[in-house]
Amino acid sequence: MRRSVTSYWVGFAIILALLAIAPLLLPEFWRRFVTEILIWGLLAMSSDILIGYTGMVSFGHSVFFGLGMYCAAAALLTTKPPNLWIAVLYGLAGALAVSLFVAYFATRLRDIYFSITTLVFSQIFYVVIFTWTDVTGGENGLAFSQPPLSIPGIWSGRFTGETLHWFVLAVVTVSFLILRRVTQSPFGMVLQAIRENEPRARAIGYPVERYKIVAVMLSGLFAGLAGVLYAVQNKFAAPDFVFFIVSGEVVIFNVMGGVGTLVGPVVGAAFFLLLREGLSRYFTEYYLIPVGIIFTAMVIFMPQGLLGFARRRLNQ
Amino acid sequence: MAIGFEQILIQTVNGIVNGMILALVASGLTLIFGIMDVVNFAHGDLVMLGGFVGAVTIASTGNFWLALLVAAVVIAVFGAVLQATTLRPLIGRDPLQTILATFGISLVLQKYAIWQWGPSARRIQEPLSGNFAFFYLQYPWYRILTALLATAIIGALYLFLRYGKYGIWIRATTQDRVMAQAMGIPVPLVHTAVFAIGAGMAAASGVLFGPLGGVTQNIGLDFTLRAFIVVVVGGMGNLGGSILASIFISLLEAYAALIVSPAQAVIVSFVALILTLLFRPTGLFVPTPK
Repeated sequence: MRRSVTSYWVGFAIILALLAIAPLLLPEFWRRFVTEILIWGLLAMSSDILIGYTGMVSFGHSVFFGLGMYCAAAALLTTKPPNLWIAVLYGLAGALAVSLFVAYFATRLRDIYFSITTLVFSQIFYVVIFTWTDVTGGENGLAFSQPPLSIPGIWSGRFTGETLHWFVLAVVTVSFLILRRVTQSPFGMVLQAIRENEPRARAIGYPVERYKIVAVMLSGLFAGLAGVLYAVQNKFAAPDFVFFIVSGEVVIFNVMGGVGTLVGPVVGAAFFLLLREGLSRYFTEYYLIPVGIIFTAMVIFMPQGLLGFARRRLNQ
Repeated sequence: MAIGFEQILIQTVNGIVNGMILALVASGLTLIFGIMDVVNFAHGDLVMLGGFVGAVTIASTGNFWLALLVAAVVIAVFGAVLQATTLRPLIGRDPLQTILATFGISLVLQKYAIWQWGPSARRIQEPLSGNFAFFYLQYPWYRILTALLATAIIGALYLFLRYGKYGIWIRATTQDRVMAQAMGIPVPLVHTAVFAIGAGMAAASGVLFGPLGGVTQNIGLDFTLRAFIVVVVGGMGNLGGSILASIFISLLEAYAALIVSPAQAVIVSFVALILTLLFRPTGLFVPTPK
């Protein structure tokens, strides 16, 4: 047992080190690609709290992601001079508020009805953002300038490709450690108990609804953080990111990588983005046809995802 | 803003007509859900495919009724194949996995439709073009016909389930899968047949909807969302409730369209869903559980 824990952290440190030196070795295009994988990976990881640990498939993660994005945009457009940390704060507050709102209604339902309700909410927010042109910029979205990277009182400078990558990597790593800690805490155990047997968890005396609401909020918080990172990287917020397709992709990341592992969804995001990159050369915008077929086949034949599959192979 | 009595009347009829088409979609969804606990995320895409198959048939033969039949049969066969290849292996697994599998199918079908038929909307020529005069109001006959046809199909389904031999098989399998199997009913075959029936009904509604709204690859998601709202509002797995809820939701949207733009009118049905969840989570059109 002791040894496997050590090898886990050694493996973690090696991967972290590789990701940290990646921008120095990779050309511009691939560096950006790796940064994007990390951001989408964080979004997928946040959704894993619901899919993998609580057994609720959310088709509304684009709302949390999008609200994080738009609130960060609002902060960057209204505060002078634009400040990174205020943007993060706004983004998190926005995502938290909206996830409380969604969770209050959606957690009353289970299984597919939860999924559909989250999907309905993502459509509501999409319609609102799309039609409320005065505030959200409507179809065109909002464009803003990148805030400087600053550590208050110590250091301040402009974002470059490398520092942006390191900043994203640091945020994602810290988020991963927090989420990992949460899933191993008594709170995380209760979530897993709800996944395994909800009536029983209720019978033991846990207020299941409250746990579910907190789980959705936790998940929404980190999804919003991913939205803030994406906004900072790309300097715009667009309604496309609130659309249901993004939520669907997040679910695909999870299933491809392996749910209930936290690392799996990041692997899934990397796998999906690589597939998209490779397949869109042959299939142009129809890359979702082969990706959808691969995804469906994986649900049937490889329900544990890539990571679970690899783990089982290694154990044999 | 004053809204004339005429407009309200027309929107009422519109709401009922759209409601009957929606009921056709939702009853297929309810049937599939009731019998095998399969949540078919791709149901709206079957509507969309049905619409396209109908449009293509009309373009080559010019006969609406033939197109309706061809679309229903083709999509029913397609549904049977889909069920046998992708959903049958998932029976007995976590219901989450059927959501995911049908979601994957839905993505493939949507993109396939763009690839095959392009992004522009196809309009199906209505078989009946005249207007219906009621005092001083004009109303297209085709819409009335649509509502009647949808009612007839749903009625036929009801009679089949109630009195037909295979209908009794279906009901028996819904009630108790294991017992039905023990009595010699080929349960896997029944599952496939039910999926095929649901798919065929979805395709028929796609063709019926064609002359009203046009067929694009986007209507799938719209129909899936609405059908699910209807299934929740009507009470899960309750055929009569889904029909009432379809009309209710469509009327709400029709009235809302008088005041706001149609894109925003959708929100009204979303709000209806949320209110139902808050105050009557078991559904609006079912007796209060004791």
